[in-house]
Amino acid sequence: MNDLVIDARSLRKVYQMGEIQVNALAGVSITVRRGEMVSIMGPSGSGKSTLMNILGCLDRPTSGEYYLDGELASDLNDDQLASIRNRKVGFVFQSFNLLPRATALANVELPLRYAGMTSGRQERARQALVAVGLEDRIHHRPTELSGGQQQRVAIARALVNQPAILMADEPTGNLDSKSGKEIMELLLNLNQQGTTVIIVTHDPSVAAQTQRVIRLRDGQVEESA
Amino acid sequence: MNLGQSILEALESLAANKLRSGLTILGIVIGVAAVIAMLAVGTGAQDTILGSISGVGSNLLFVFSGNFTENVRNVQPLTVGDAQAIADPFQAPSVEAVAPILRSELEIAYGGEKTFTNVQGVTPEYAQVRNYAVTEGEFINSDHILGRSSVALVGPEVADKLFNRREGITGETIRIEGQPFRVIGVLESKGGSSFGSQDDVVLIPFSTAESRLIRRSRDRIDQLLVQAVSAEAVPQAAEEIAQILRTRHRTALGADDFTVFSQSDFVQTAQTITGVLTVFLGGIAAISLLVGGIGIMNIMLVSVTERTREIGLRKAIGARKRDILIQFLTESSLLSLFGGLVGIVFGWLIAFVVGQVASASGTPFTPKVGLDAILLATIFSTAVGLFFGLYPANRAASLQPVEALRYE
Ligand SMILES: Nc1ncnc2c1ncn2[C@@H]1O[C@H](COP(=O)(O)OP(=O)(O)OP(=O)(O)O)[C@@H](O)[C@H]1O
Ligand SMILES: [Mg+2]
Repeated sequence: MNDLVIDARSLRKVYQMGEIQVNALAGVSITVRRGEMVSIMGPSGSGKSTLMNILGCLDRPTSGEYYLDGELASDLNDDQLASIRNRKVGFVFQSFNLLPRATALANVELPLRYAGMTSGRQERARQALVAVGLEDRIHHRPTELSGGQQQRVAIARALVNQPAILMADEPTGNLDSKSGKEIMELLLNLNQQGTTVIIVTHDPSVAAQTQRVIRLRDGQVEESA
Repeated sequence: MNLGQSILEALESLAANKLRSGLTILGIVIGVAAVIAMLAVGTGAQDTILGSISGVGSNLLFVFSGNFTENVRNVQPLTVGDAQAIADPFQAPSVEAVAPILRSELEIAYGGEKTFTNVQGVTPEYAQVRNYAVTEGEFINSDHILGRSSVALVGPEVADKLFNRREGITGETIRIEGQPFRVIGVLESKGGSSFGSQDDVVLIPFSTAESRLIRRSRDRIDQLLVQAVSAEAVPQAAEEIAQILRTRHRTALGADDFTVFSQSDFVQTAQTITGVLTVFLGGIAAISLLVGGIGIMNIMLVSVTERTREIGLRKAIGARKRDILIQFLTESSLLSLFGGLVGIVFGWLIAFVVGQVASASGTPFTPKVGLDAILLATIFSTAVGLFFGLYPANRAASLQPVEALRYE
């Protein structure tokens, strides 16, 4: 069991929109082993982001059980979820979500601050920036960086707490194809160095580079061929 | 995250929006400045009034004829006999000294100068009771009383008017209602008071006044000042005086036909009045602080809405509810703390200007900015920020990360 970083069983997510119920997830069970790199594909509205948010502990499933790195994450309270997000999950968003006024270093430092780390934060943050190839942009603000560089900062921020898993929801969606490729290379590299990665993408060529593809349709996993 | 970091981060975020932060604290600045200035003026007024009351003398009792609270018929005037009885140490052991006074507005002349001044016939005890000293010459003594001497002490203001100087006047001769009086000394300055200037006065021996200038029927006196042996003995002295006067006026059964006021009665009355004044002024000022607080709440709510995505991101990377709460509360209390500090400086300035204007218009009066007022303003303004920041901060902290991140 300890080999499974993600072990989700019959996850359902129901959105109540007035009279109608939207079954964003209709019983999804997936597992991801340590060191794996998995991509999630599916048409728009199939529930990819909904699934990722639950796997990333940003949201709770309506029902189902979810173990993250051996911890039952599906019925934790808000603060416990915050803590598990901080320790175990590195989340990369399509729209970067960097603090605009903070430098790259300060952005990467932020999770360490919320972890309660008091000394050596800057050094750790700097190492994470080096790992994504941004050692010469440490003191730049997001507005002074290209989209690809901003996404690298976001990846450094996701990695800085040495999480059990790196999750990326369409990380290349806002990037031109060249920077998109570079980001994919970076993620592949990180995976080769041992990081478990799960990535949502619309791009078949991106999915082809991962070891396994999970296809979603209408909130359910399509049996893959 | 520790507090120092939260403060640094809050400072950065406030500095990023300088104009808005500045406008937000304006309400607090005005409120605190008003509180500080009002309290300063209030305490200044109180000090001035209390100072002028205690400047009259110490452990004093004022005896008036007539009853101030009840209607009494056949009021008997206070007499020299009453004064002598009260001065008797066996009848009134708590009494240190008694000073009967005759007073009238009379014409004083020297050379070509003429003025109308408050002339008082007094006994040697007056110097002790009123705590008076002379800057030159000597006070009226018992020889002057016995001999009904034509001598006078002049107050510094009278000296200014008649002689244009305050020294070297002793030995000159002035005329009071045409009668020649030799100046035997000049009184020290007691300054102005809420009862009018105490320096515009001429003192002559009681016996001289009684026989030649201020004739009163049947030994009547105008005022009776009594000094108690100590501050603690003042109530006891008042009781002794009352007993003596009841016996002498034969009013043991009915209502008193006299009234005894102690200095502390005046002090208390003055304190009540200035206290009410200070509370009233402070209350008005506090309302503007409240308005300032609502301004802070307003801006913090805007700021929370604007930064919804940022809050979502912070939560996504591990910020707990508490972290966000602290972040926004730190911002709002820092805002109002700044407002408070700027307001203190402003209020101080206003108080200073009020003081300057007051002395320029001849009412010497020093507004006092007390440490307590500063502390109060600082704590109160920070509390306003905390209180009015609570709702916006709580709203920010309760956001769910997914929803906050989806916010556009
Ligand atoms: N907060 C919400 N309230 C109501 N319905 C929602 C909410 N979030 C998602 N949904 C619905 O759930 C379904 C899945 O949405 P989701 O965002 O997971 O799709 P997705 O696969 O990520 O699509 P895309 O490829 O466009 O990003 C959609 O039908 C969507 O309308
Ligand atoms: Mg999506």
